[in-house]
Amino acid sequence: MKRVYVNEAVCIGCHLCEVYCQLQHAQSKDLVKLFKRENPRTLPRLRVEERGIVSFSVRCQQCDEAPCVQACLTGALARDSLSGTVAVDPERCIGCWTCLLFCPLGAIRQNEGQDKMIKCDLCPGEEVPVCVTNCPNEALAYVEV
Amino acid sequence: MARTVKTKYLVIGNSAGGIGAAESIREADRKGKLILISDEPYPAYSRPLIAEHLAEGRPLEKMLYRPADFYEKNGISVMLGRKVTALDSQNHIVKLADGKTIDWQKLLLATGGSPIVPAIEGTDLNGVFTFTTLDDARAIDDFLNQYHREVRAVVIGGGLIGMSATDALVKRKVRVTVVELKDRILNTILDEEASALEAAALEQAGVDIITGQTVQRIDSSLTSEIGGVTLEDGRSIGCEMVVLAIGVRPRLELVNGGGMKTNRGIVVDRHMATSETDIYACGDVAEGYDFIYGENRLTPVWPNAYIGGRVAGLNMAGTPMEYSGGTAVNALKYFGENVVSAGVVAPPDGGYEVIANKTGHIYKKVVLKDGLIIGMVLAGDIETSGIVYNLMKDRVDVSGFKEVLVDDDFGLVSLPESIWRPMLEIPADIKEASVTSVEPPEEVLVGE
Ligand SMILES: Cc1cc2nc3c(=O)[nH]c(=O)nc-3n(C[C@H](O)[C@H](O)[C@H](O)COP(=O)(O)OP(=O)(O)OC[C@H]3O[C@@H](n4cnc5c(N)ncnc54)[C@H](O)[C@@H]3O)c2cc1C
Repeated sequence: MKRVYVNEAVCIGCHLCEVYCQLQHAQSKDLVKLFKRENPRTLPRLRVEERGIVSFSVRCQQCDEAPCVQACLTGALARDSLSGTVAVDPERCIGCWTCLLFCPLGAIRQNEGQDKMIKCDLCPGEEVPVCVTNCPNEALAYVEV
Repeated sequence: MARTVKTKYLVIGNSAGGIGAAESIREADRKGKLILISDEPYPAYSRPLIAEHLAEGRPLEKMLYRPADFYEKNGISVMLGRKVTALDSQNHIVKLADGKTIDWQKLLLATGGSPIVPAIEGTDLNGVFTFTTLDDARAIDDFLNQYHREVRAVVIGGGLIGMSATDALVKRKVRVTVVELKDRILNTILDEEASALEAAALEQAGVDIITGQTVQRIDSSLTSEIGGVTLEDGRSIGCEMVVLAIGVRPRLELVNGGGMKTNRGIVVDRHMATSETDIYACGDVAEGYDFIYGENRLTPVWPNAYIGGRVAGLNMAGTPMEYSGGTAVNALKYFGENVVSAGVVAPPDGGYEVIANKTGHIYKKVVLKDGLIIGMVLAGDIETSGIVYNLMKDRVDVSGFKEVLVDDDFGLVSLPESIWRPMLEIPADIKEASVTSVEPPEEVLVGE
């Protein structure tokens, strides 16, 4: 399946991937409403990390033998047979955070209410995830590996 | 009429371990007959969710660990509400309570644990409960529904199950007192600092905690109802109900007295095989490999049961697979406090190095020995705790960068490049063919 990979050498830490991710998953699909009025606010499902001149964004790599799926207490996490992504059923997620403790990338995030996990879903409906399409520097690649 | 059923695979226990095995057996063998049996009458449900059931009435359909059509879709014959009463390992037969027998080729014991009932007076009274099954949660729910005034409960045991019960009871507006024998709650999975955070959160929610004490007797009022409990120091606490949460003991009844090697639980090798041919065990009933201690231990948590079951199932179906090991690992969310812990959290002596960082409401600590992480506790900011857990699990020597592990903004970027780069970048062989060209960073400035 296709996954999003980082090209650290050209990432400038602009955080646009976070912003577009957030927008893509927001109810309002409107940047101003999202930041000023949405409550709870949709948070990005990826994270930009920076140290000195090094920066990159981290998101779920849709692991094959996904530790989060194996660890999930409720069965809310499962591999989606159609897309191949590791998908969460928010109805069944209770925010126990066991998945997050098993994720080697620290790629699982807590929603703003801190009662559900959120993770990269590779933007269903989009041919290429929005973090990749909107990266101004081609620091992200969506590649079949 | 006694009747014998023949099967290739028999799994006893329809919970985390049993489902892990059933799924992996089906990955390796689509057809071989597979029977999954449990004395609980429900399709596999998430056991920890009994707290949500009690607290907010979460229905069984929303507690199911797998979709309703799971058994049918996977060709699994599931026998619910049926108890296995005897195991004949020599002849590969088990006997059920109703007299039926099942003849199996490969057997998995995923029988979990049963709650320990302390040997004190009054445990047979109305209003005394354990808290490990959906039926337990239902019984408590029924009990609470009889009352139209505040109910007082004493929870005996301040461990994980005690906390889970307390959290649910508080949500039901029950006034709870937790009685813990040791000097602090959650003492086996948290260090002092994190225990204190939890205790403060409990007290904030109106829970009384009594430590260093145990209940000597459950007192009855009239007509076999509970009047209160008497502590060892003579104090009495009035209450209408008691939850026994002092621990869970591996359910060994099928193997006790037989030749199978057991310690506190059933001893299994790295294939999750027991000392008896063709019999495997996993989950709360088994002592599997603990990668921190380098020896077999009970590690009774849900993920370990599932993963152990998965390994057992593959081996049962003839696909050799090694269990990489588990350890005590817990994520807690009780009373709005997010805490994770794993491994040795409170080192027993001075031969360990402890690195900690406490900033406001955030607490991070790792315990090291010989350059390896052997324990961790984080509270407040837990999002990147999985990175630390996996460094610990993979036995990575962290001596060169140990201080960063507890940094406020710890992430993959805090680690040496040799660790994060292969996790995030396109594998080199594929990079050649990839769409994006790599140019020196100086030449690709935004806005040009
Ligand atoms: C309230 C509560 C909260 C918890 N919270 C967490 C948590 O947050 N995180 C975590 O990781 N873990 C948690 N746990 C622990 C977790 O639920 C267990 O580790 C896990 O359920 C173990 O799975 P298992 O498959 O080994 O056994 P079990 O889940 O105990 O299942 C064993 C099954 O086998 C059946 N069985 C046993 N003997 C027989 C027999 N002879 N015949 C027929 N059937 C039989 C039993 O009835 C049972 O249905 C919690 C447990 C409880 C009770």
